[in-house]
Amino acid sequence: MKIAVCIKRVPDTEMRFTIAPDGKSIESAGLKYEISTFDEYAIEAALRLNEAQGGGEITVVGLGPAGLGELLRRGLSMGADKAIHLTADEVPVDGFAIAQALATALRDGGYDLILFGRNATDTGHGTVGPMVAQLLGLPCVTAITHLAINDGSGTAQRALEGATETVTFPLPAVLSIDEGLGRPRIPSLKGIMAAKKKPLDEQPAQLGPISLTLESLAPPPERPAGRIVGEGAAAVPELVRLLREEAKVL
Amino acid sequence: MADIFVFAETRGGALRQVALETVAAARQAADALGGELHAMVAGAPGIGQVAESLGQHGADVVLTVEDAGLGRYSPEVAAATAARRIKDSGYRVALFAASAEGRDLAPRVAAILGVSMASDVTEFTVDGDAFTVKHPAYTGKAIATLKLTGTPAVISVRPGAYSATEATRSARIEAVQPAIDPASARVKVTEIGAKTAKVDLAEAPVIVVGGRGLQEAGNFALVEDLAAAFGNAAVGATRAVTDDGWRDPADQIGQTGRVVSPTLYVGVGVSGAIQHLAGMRSSNVIVAINKDKDAPIFKVADYGIVGDLFEVVPKLTEEVKAAKARN
Repeated sequence: MKIAVCIKRVPDTEMRFTIAPDGKSIESAGLKYEISTFDEYAIEAALRLNEAQGGGEITVVGLGPAGLGELLRRGLSMGADKAIHLTADEVPVDGFAIAQALATALRDGGYDLILFGRNATDTGHGTVGPMVAQLLGLPCVTAITHLAINDGSGTAQRALEGATETVTFPLPAVLSIDEGLGRPRIPSLKGIMAAKKKPLDEQPAQLGPISLTLESLAPPPERPAGRIVGEGAAAVPELVRLLREEAKVL
Repeated sequence: MADIFVFAETRGGALRQVALETVAAARQAADALGGELHAMVAGAPGIGQVAESLGQHGADVVLTVEDAGLGRYSPEVAAATAARRIKDSGYRVALFAASAEGRDLAPRVAAILGVSMASDVTEFTVDGDAFTVKHPAYTGKAIATLKLTGTPAVISVRPGAYSATEATRSARIEAVQPAIDPASARVKVTEIGAKTAKVDLAEAPVIVVGGRGLQEAGNFALVEDLAAAFGNAAVGATRAVTDDGWRDPADQIGQTGRVVSPTLYVGVGVSGAIQHLAGMRSSNVIVAINKDKDAPIFKVADYGIVGDLFEVVPKLTEEVKAAKARN
């Protein structure tokens, strides 16, 4: 199948996370960037689909500044065939502006599937995938945990609150991928070498107008310092008393 | 005119809790803007029976979209029908729940209307021509304040951010035709399988979470027993545990799993890695049981017990049962 996987370059905030003095960005010193978690799952899902079906072509697509290039290369070293870099000085928070740029770039690609991660790990809106589907007039299923494609149609499962939903859809389609389809592979040395020769096409992103902007970033409200009720099983009666009488949750 | 539209989510013909929460958020906006609150429900014939409850919680008008093909969520029909109504009626704001369904639906509606949207917000206020919204970013490590301009303002509201409130009025009912024939929809939900009868993580008032400290999958029985003692509790897990296959990935709480804010969170053998804290730090009351007194979870826990969970948890289960029996 011909599959496009849209990825986002996000800061790796697992180890360090400090809001910058401007109050709108995060401290950039020493910051590393990575492919957003669920987007990497989407790349893996595309690779497995085509491996199972014995062929096809996978294009990784991203929108952002120059640093995105090395992450697109990482997608290529995982096994994708080519990459498209939609260049922009920065990635806006406005999902619809991004969706318009992606829809323009993807419209005539003839893709059977366009994959996204469930949501980015930085802004976390999860809106771009379904918006692109709507702009392209394609069927869309979001936050997929299981996926099977047969003869031009697909069956997917998605996790609802307290239930699992089974969804069928025809191809071509836009899908957003949750965890559960398989852990992303680590690029092999051979894959990294091969990626250097794979095509990476750059073109300016045709972003839509911006109507959602970031005003400020603040740390989440601090929790008051907790207390150690005691040690071992002997502390349990006091804990239960506190839960009943002080916290009133029992 | 500044009326407010809200899509009220149902499942199996009944309103979901998030529907009433979103209606509560919409009621605040309607009161601030001096407009009416119009709540849309879509479902199989008979779905209109939820109108009374929507009225009791603040809806002025209930828009019923009834069709035999709408017994389950139909994303294309819901999106097209909501978008057409929002456009035709010129609503100032369109609200959705940021649930699995609402996160699927709201961006489609926004794209049909050709506007941007703010997703998963915990708070929003009207600020002249714009809306100011708060949204947890960087998987909960920061709160972003965003400005959304344009009409209508499409916003999805994080489950649990607003509380359902009584605001009794007797809602007018207006039938709305589906904008596309449900039988022609391309994306079809063929089955909704309840995983189990267990309490759902997203809506559970109490969540008991097991971590690596349990040492092996079989010991999760301790967590299950404690959850059962609370009666209204769901069981969650840390990433380390779901990665090892001790629990279903759907039970994972944290950066790459579910974000929860129960009334009471109890962490059993959970160390409190930052990725896990991102998924539970907004819980009302946090209890931690861990043998390592330096475990980071104690920094966010309201109440901690340092000790061997294999001794502490059975005792806690027993005491909770006794306390429940006295209630």
